[in-house]
Amino acid sequence: MKTFRYERPADPAAAVTLVAGTPGARYLAGGTNLVDLMKLGVETPELLVDVSRLPFGEVEETDTGGLRIGAAVRGSRLAAHLLVRERYPALSQALLSGASAQLRNAATIGGNLLQRTRCLYFQDVSKPCNKRRPGSGCPAREGAHRDLAVLGASEHCIATNTSDLAVALAALDATVHLTGPAGVRSLPLTDLYRLPGDEPERDTVLRHGELITSVELPPPPHSARSRAPLMVYRKVRDRASYAFALVSVAAVLDVRDAAVHEVRLAFGGLAARPWRAREAEQALQGRPATEEAFVEAVRTELSACRPLRENGYKLALAERLAVAVLADLAGQG
Amino acid sequence: MRLTFRVNGRQQQADDVWEGESLLYVLRERLGLPGSKNACEQGECGSCTVRLDGLLVCSCLVAAGQAQGRDVVTVEGLASQAKKRADGRSGGADGRTGKAGTDLQPLSPIQQAFIDAGAVQCGFCTPGMLVAADELLERNASPTDADIREALSGNLCRCTGYQTILAAVRLAAARGTADTAGTADTAGTGG
Amino acid sequence: MTTMEHTLGASIARLESRAKVTGTARYAAEYVTDDALYAWPVPAGIARGEITAVHTEAAMTDPAVVVVLTHQNAPRLHPVEDRTLTLLQSSHIAHRGQYIALAVATSLEAARSAAGAVLVQYKADHHDVVLAEDHPGLYMPEEIDGLWPGTREHGDFDTVYATAEIRTDAVYTTPPMHNHPMEPHAATALWDGDALTVYDSNQGSVTVQHTLAQLFGIDAGQVRVVSEHVGGGFGSKGTARPHVVLAAMAARVVGRPVKLAVPRNHMPAVVGHRAPTIQRIRIGAGRDGCIQALAHEVVTCTSMVGRFVEAAALPSRVMYIAPNSRTAHRVTRLDIPAPSWMRAPGECPGMFALESAIDELAYVCGIDPVELRIRNDPQVEPDSGLPFSSRHLTECLREGARRFGWHERDPSPGTRYEGRLLIGSGVAASMYPVVILPSRAEVRADPDGHYWVRVNATDIGTGARTVLAQIAADALTAPLGYVHISIGSTDLPEAPLAGGSSGTASWGWAVHNACVRLRGLIEHSGGSVPAGGLSVSADTTEDVKSGQEYARCAFGAQFAEVQVDTDTAEVRLRRLTGVFAAGRILNARTARSQFIGGMTMGLSMALMEGSTMDPEFGDYAERDFASYHVAVCADVPAIEAHWIDEEDPHLNPMHSKGIGEIGIVGTAAAVANAVHHATGVRVRTLPIRPDTLLPHFA
Repeated sequence: MKTFRYERPADPAAAVTLVAGTPGARYLAGGTNLVDLMKLGVETPELLVDVSRLPFGEVEETDTGGLRIGAAVRGSRLAAHLLVRERYPALSQALLSGASAQLRNAATIGGNLLQRTRCLYFQDVSKPCNKRRPGSGCPAREGAHRDLAVLGASEHCIATNTSDLAVALAALDATVHLTGPAGVRSLPLTDLYRLPGDEPERDTVLRHGELITSVELPPPPHSARSRAPLMVYRKVRDRASYAFALVSVAAVLDVRDAAVHEVRLAFGGLAARPWRAREAEQALQGRPATEEAFVEAVRTELSACRPLRENGYKLALAERLAVAVLADLAGQG
Repeated sequence: MRLTFRVNGRQQQADDVWEGESLLYVLRERLGLPGSKNACEQGECGSCTVRLDGLLVCSCLVAAGQAQGRDVVTVEGLASQAKKRADGRSGGADGRTGKAGTDLQPLSPIQQAFIDAGAVQCGFCTPGMLVAADELLERNASPTDADIREALSGNLCRCTGYQTILAAVRLAAARGTADTAGTADTAGTGG
Repeated sequence: MTTMEHTLGASIARLESRAKVTGTARYAAEYVTDDALYAWPVPAGIARGEITAVHTEAAMTDPAVVVVLTHQNAPRLHPVEDRTLTLLQSSHIAHRGQYIALAVATSLEAARSAAGAVLVQYKADHHDVVLAEDHPGLYMPEEIDGLWPGTREHGDFDTVYATAEIRTDAVYTTPPMHNHPMEPHAATALWDGDALTVYDSNQGSVTVQHTLAQLFGIDAGQVRVVSEHVGGGFGSKGTARPHVVLAAMAARVVGRPVKLAVPRNHMPAVVGHRAPTIQRIRIGAGRDGCIQALAHEVVTCTSMVGRFVEAAALPSRVMYIAPNSRTAHRVTRLDIPAPSWMRAPGECPGMFALESAIDELAYVCGIDPVELRIRNDPQVEPDSGLPFSSRHLTECLREGARRFGWHERDPSPGTRYEGRLLIGSGVAASMYPVVILPSRAEVRADPDGHYWVRVNATDIGTGARTVLAQIAADALTAPLGYVHISIGSTDLPEAPLAGGSSGTASWGWAVHNACVRLRGLIEHSGGSVPAGGLSVSADTTEDVKSGQEYARCAFGAQFAEVQVDTDTAEVRLRRLTGVFAAGRILNARTARSQFIGGMTMGLSMALMEGSTMDPEFGDYAERDFASYHVAVCADVPAIEAHWIDEEDPHLNPMHSKGIGEIGIVGTAAAVANAVHHATGVRVRTLPIRPDTLLPHFA
């Protein structure tokens, strides 16, 4: 591991100043991804600014009945939080389906959102990778890409985002609050992430020195018939626990009089960002909540898929999973 | 840096620590506590599992700098940790946790259960598995099989097929429940 | 006086378990050596070619870095048979990931960092790394792993197959697999003059001792190898591996102890792996399911630096009546890391193919697969014609079927739904040969009734220490608590490796003989031990030659139930029952764990294990535990292992067969057969993951 300096500033402003003033600086929170990547030589920061003890560790109800989640909250704590379990069960499910107890205890919400791709070429510094070394090439297109992107990829990069949390937050219309050298700003979570395009090295729209301070959720949607919001996160993986998603789905569905009153759908494992399926949502709005309608809508969304040799299965898998999840939610409503 | 933190209830200090060293390295190579194992260094196998301020973490992914001022429990501290818990419950009783009739230090209930249930094979996953299982039982005295399976899924074992490990956790849970029941009875009869 | 007749076979707790649960058991990288340095190896970045330049200046700028060894400055080694061990001796690169330099520093992170800063320039040659059925380099090896002939023919397969009433013909493939014991290969090496001590993680320290002596040109007596606790091996620690050579080399250069633990993601390239196989099986049978012709033809690959050939067709020489048979291997040499042993090499991938093919035959014939196997159960070993010393496959199948509830099963595939899940069950047989190697052992009696057993056995997690103490107590008719056992060091009487499921039988025989003779001596001296004690040594070199007139194998049967999610094609195991006939079971507790551990690794192989050779780079793409999946606790439901009491006098004095490997043999086929029963889809390629099954779902 390359040597670096380590600082643990006392307040957020000092943290921002430190990182903003050092081009090779990185924020360190739980470290479950960054420390790993440093050992692999993928990340070589000059300065680590430890933000894990900054005052972003609260989960609070907002005035509007939503939830504000501090960026330094640990995944396990959020998953177990009563308000989350009651009002946003999909969020709890997503967190608990990710990683292991050990990692959920260490990883923070902010860090989870900024975890980097698990593409095997990105993690191997002995090989080219446009995300790691722009312009060096993307061997994944011809190589091992069973886990990689089928949507929104570019010729330069087919990496996927592997955060389960981000998929649930995308479906829950979360907002990300940031602080940085130029002050504070907020973004819809789905806008935090970039598709690779010509600049696969940039995972997000964050500017150097910007720090996620919290994530805010609007009040949960309520079904007409039930207090409990109808939402679910479901993940398909190669083993029963402790594996990244092949494909995952977060869905919120409110059916009234057998028609879709409200639907929100997001996919994981398909793209460099959690894939909010807006086309499918539009196609379903007001339509009868039938399996046929779900199939049609999801196919519309996935028609943009551009699979490679070994990841074409994701298309069928995403369709079957989304339809099963929506049909299940419709059945419960 | 000078790293100061508590390990297994004792204040520890290590000098000339580089903040980028892992907590695992500090424990194994600087403090002479090699119980926590180095098997993947990437947080993928759980062999290095310790408690950090009570939470289970992979010590291979904790930068030494982040352990400053924290409280760490490793497999080497499980027995004393269990004794402390037992003393707390019974208001300072003897905290008998080991097998009677030996002159060895008593083990924690989960350690004894691992021996009795034959949950140890090569032993390399054992320390991390024990720390994780101990934490599970602390949170949940009567876990279901599904609870145990999910809770231990961050700890890979290549030898046992997990069956005996499951049996050991069940055994420790059953003994724990029996112990607590016994304590209550004793208390009830004015003991 | 306590009666000790029950020591052997009893469910004794592992002797070292206390050390292991308290974290005090010492593994190879954990011996305290105050001034030890840390070494981090540099893997080759090309698959074939030459190093044209190595620049270590940048790596050496950190004062914590003591030395960087390369082929230019490393001490010269003497040649040994295993060419993967003559490290840093030339500029030639035979596979990607081959160790080409070693950074040695005062801390692990400094060593890692220095290794990353070594700049290597190459002249890369074209590499050839992908196995294909029609690879131009395929040849028929005379010998395969285990020194068996590559090809065997009986009768006239082609003619009989061509005219058989029922014919099956299918190709089964298994991917590369990686042993990944939980303890990465590690060594601590220190020199005292020309005497070398290494604490090493291996399955047999005698071979390591002799290999190191040869490499460094010293007497074996000057090399001491200590391997007291070993964190698993599964074949990958069967002989010396590069880490111990590099540690010893570095320690010699720096004049200080050196620790080297192989990073997990280097392991697939340097410690051996299970080679991929492409297996074609053709069976010609009568409508009654009786096999008349059987061909099992294996295509596999080996490396440029080794000769290992995965002996996958071996099971077809043992399992079923086949008057006309062909069992053959073809292999090609590729620019890949050297394949080697992985738990039940040969039998494990071979039985996936054979036991899948038998299931297919049963379906074609409309005969229950348990019954079909029983109908084809031979009286003598089909290939050798030798009688079996004992063979209770039929009994295992019947007992397993009874325990599993097999006969309530509706044989039609793809019909049992539970909500959105399809449920199915499958059966497969298990088999593993009996291997016994010569061993020595020593036992000393003290006048106070204590016994000291010494044998250089290795406990890689099997419970060897415990079962050997039981064997000794039994032979001495002494209480177990009075038997003290030392293993895991070349200071002890020479003994063979923990491999081929041979350990307990081989070491145990020597221990037994020494103890029986010692008991005789004690009885001879009037039942008491003289003041100076009594000592006896045993060497079983002659003894192990007996029993060769029999074919000797352990057998078993495994029954799996799976559920398949019809939406996502995720397969999960629901239950797995194994029944084994493996001679006398010497310790019920450790044996059950061995069987179940093997079966779990088999389940892991069936549903998730496998890596992909990257054609562009020539390495295995999945090299860590995040990408190379092994079963976690949540994957493993109720797994049961049972055994039948098998009396076999043609084995060894304990009447035992090896049990370390048979558990993994057949599991993958039982699971694949269950997937077929659940879904109607026959999967012939492992692992069975959602992408395998999805194309078959409407």
